[in-house]
Amino acid sequence: MNKDFEKLGVQVLSMSTDSRFVHKVWQAEELAKMVKGGVPFPMLEDAGGQVGAVYGVYDEAAGVDIRGRFIIDPDFVVRAMEVLTPEVGRNPNELLRQVKAFQHVAATGEVTPSGWEPGGTTLDPGPDLVGKVWEVWKP
Amino acid sequence: MAKQKDGCVKPAGGPVLPAEGAAPVSGHPAPAEEVKMQARVGREAIDFEANAYVEGKGFLPVKLSDYKGKWIVLCFYPGDFTFV
Repeated sequence: MNKDFEKLGVQVLSMSTDSRFVHKVWQAEELAKMVKGGVPFPMLEDAGGQVGAVYGVYDEAAGVDIRGRFIIDPDFVVRAMEVLTPEVGRNPNELLRQVKAFQHVAATGEVTPSGWEPGGTTLDPGPDLVGKVWEVWKP
Repeated sequence: MAKQKDGCVKPAGGPVLPAEGAAPVSGHPAPAEEVKMQARVGREAIDFEANAYVEGKGFLPVKLSDYKGKWIVLCFYPGDFTFV
């Protein structure tokens, strides 16, 4: 999976309130058995949840960061965020799709309609398109 | 790789907040309650420094802004050795 992100030039960073020491052991004991060579991206430590707090994912009652992910563009602007309560895991394919869509938009100035996949119809927003989306895009 | 030293307790930078009194609004007193910094879409990401473990490199501090100029995916999760 990380290969897909590398292909898109994306730097993945993971972060939890666990210490870097626990990250190292988790990598060795478990992750390396799931992913060959272990996960290649930096595993960050958010002691005290200070960073999670400003990203809106720190649960004070539990003392942990809940699942949240943020897409940040090369200009350092937050483009997307998704935050879930802990029971449901993420869908990396949707994350990849969003990264591809944001990269397409950044490169072309076009916008991508709901459910867009690479190669799909894009829209050129402007006065001429108002009320005419149905003509160019049918979900 | 040179043998790394890493003590039990190492302070991390945490969120990098704007400098105190960086942008005083002329004539207006500072707001009584500190405005809470909060990440939002369409706004600049809040920079931070954190201690990290990197496979093959060991322990090192990482700043989010080290990766400025690249697309970044930042993922938070509740804990190592959890289930989902």
